[in-house]
Amino acid sequence: MSASIILIVRALGRLCIDAISALGRLVLFALATLSQVFRPPFYLREFSIALLNVGYLSLPVVGLTALFTGAALALQIYSGGSRFNAPEVVPQIVAIGMVRELGPVLVGLMIAARVTSSIAAEMATMKVTEQIDALVTLSTAPMKYLVMPRVLAGLMAGPVLVAVADSIGIFGGFIVATQTLGFNPATYVLNTVNFLTSADILSSMAKGIAFGFIATLMGCYYGLNSGRGAQGVGTATKASVQAAAVLILAANFALTAVFFSA
Amino acid sequence: MITYENIHKSFGSNHVLRGVNLTVEPGESMVIIGGSGTGKSVLIKTVLGLIQPDKGRILVDGQDVTKVKRDAFLSRFGMLFQGGALFDSMPVWQNVAFRLQRGALKRPAAEAREIAIEKLRRVGLAPEVADRFPAELSGGMQKRVSLARAIAAEPEIIFFDEPTTGLDPIMSGVINELIREIVVEMGVTAMTITHDMTSVDTIADKVAMLHRGTIQWCGPRAQMAQSGDPHVDQFVNGRAEGPIETLR
Ligand SMILES: Nc1ncnc2c1ncn2[C@@H]1O[C@H](COP(=O)(O)OP(=O)(O)OP(=O)(O)O)[C@@H](O)[C@H]1O
Ligand SMILES: [Mg+2]
Repeated sequence: MSASIILIVRALGRLCIDAISALGRLVLFALATLSQVFRPPFYLREFSIALLNVGYLSLPVVGLTALFTGAALALQIYSGGSRFNAPEVVPQIVAIGMVRELGPVLVGLMIAARVTSSIAAEMATMKVTEQIDALVTLSTAPMKYLVMPRVLAGLMAGPVLVAVADSIGIFGGFIVATQTLGFNPATYVLNTVNFLTSADILSSMAKGIAFGFIATLMGCYYGLNSGRGAQGVGTATKASVQAAAVLILAANFALTAVFFSA
Repeated sequence: MITYENIHKSFGSNHVLRGVNLTVEPGESMVIIGGSGTGKSVLIKTVLGLIQPDKGRILVDGQDVTKVKRDAFLSRFGMLFQGGALFDSMPVWQNVAFRLQRGALKRPAAEAREIAIEKLRRVGLAPEVADRFPAELSGGMQKRVSLARAIAAEPEIIFFDEPTTGLDPIMSGVINELIREIVVEMGVTAMTITHDMTSVDTIADKVAMLHRGTIQWCGPRAQMAQSGDPHVDQFVNGRAEGPIETLR
């Protein structure tokens, strides 16, 4: 009996130690990345390609998810609001729902699915086929040449994507509200604009920056630390997306608490 | 000059290198032979810091490789990886000219491309190949592109990890000649891993045999036939029976 308890406690302890040391390695990796930002050389070409991949090519999927979510949100708030005779709050709630929470979180999860996975798979394959070693022997630091451009692109594309998602989400709500729920378009827009505060928008952008950073960083970290063989690539990719999604949601909670708990 | 002093390296319980001592003189062509999985690739990767030894030290021109400035140090080396290790995101010529397009050796794109095409020609590849992507090439062609990349920036010390594996006999001959030329003409120090005895005959000044984690025998190529070492004899003559066990 007591032996099995010891076993369980030991397993739990091991789990905690592993988790904490993994977190420590991650933080060190993040610091190492950030410490490179202002140190030459800069690889402009790599950066533009990364920006294209992370930002521009993410626009369709981000736009579509935001559109449908905003539209669904309008329907839900209308029917929910009707229960206590306040269906007219649709524009306000759609606006703050999208800008404060759904816009950033959707973007975060979408780029975790799209960008984190592709970065991790690409880098892990490079690791497995010795391309990372080859880079080093050609006097090029992988941290600078591979990691820095992608993370920087994430930092910059994140808030832009969030701004796009916020706008399109609100637009989705607007379409549904004006086309099927009988709202007046001009009043809807006015209510939305008047209701949003600069704190709402600021928090949205801050989340965009944080999530863009997390998504690209996780891709790079798990890719560069991949195991050997095809299995190593698969494991790295899976782990990177999991970690990115969980960390993005955790960061979302933390940032929401910082901005709105006062 | 490259000096290995008592190098040990294990991966878990797999003790790959167990006290390697070896010296490669400047301008010398050293060939490493040894069974598959004995740690030949690991041995050259330790010089470049791609794998850290557990024990011992490596000196290049008297300097400990862990205590040098990495960028300047690495720019003296060229390396042909066993698996090619070409960057599959860029066309062949950019792979070959990688070093010439960034960092200290950077030069205009047109010039870099010209050098790349010239190096490709030296390894027997036509200029048309320059704009293809590595994934579109055969295994042997990839190997030669990788070889062209290793010599493109004219380094002082070059490592060739199985340069002729996967090539037809004629192309192997071409590559062997090329390596010989590079050593003789440019005074390069070369370390080549090979299983191909014709390569050994063409390329080597000296031969070292790695066996069970140490240098079993090392000497001038001419003396290899009379080494008196049964391991070397067995390897050179490709006999299944001998002191090197084979699992069957
Ligand atoms: N990164 C690594 N992680 C774990 N084990 C490794 C690693 N690199 C090499 N090994 C192991 O070290 C041993 C020697 O590998 P190495 O690639 O040096 O062999 P080799 O002598 O070059 O063989 P071959 O002639 O087949 O290329 C092998 O058993 C291999 O499994
Ligand atoms: Mg090898």
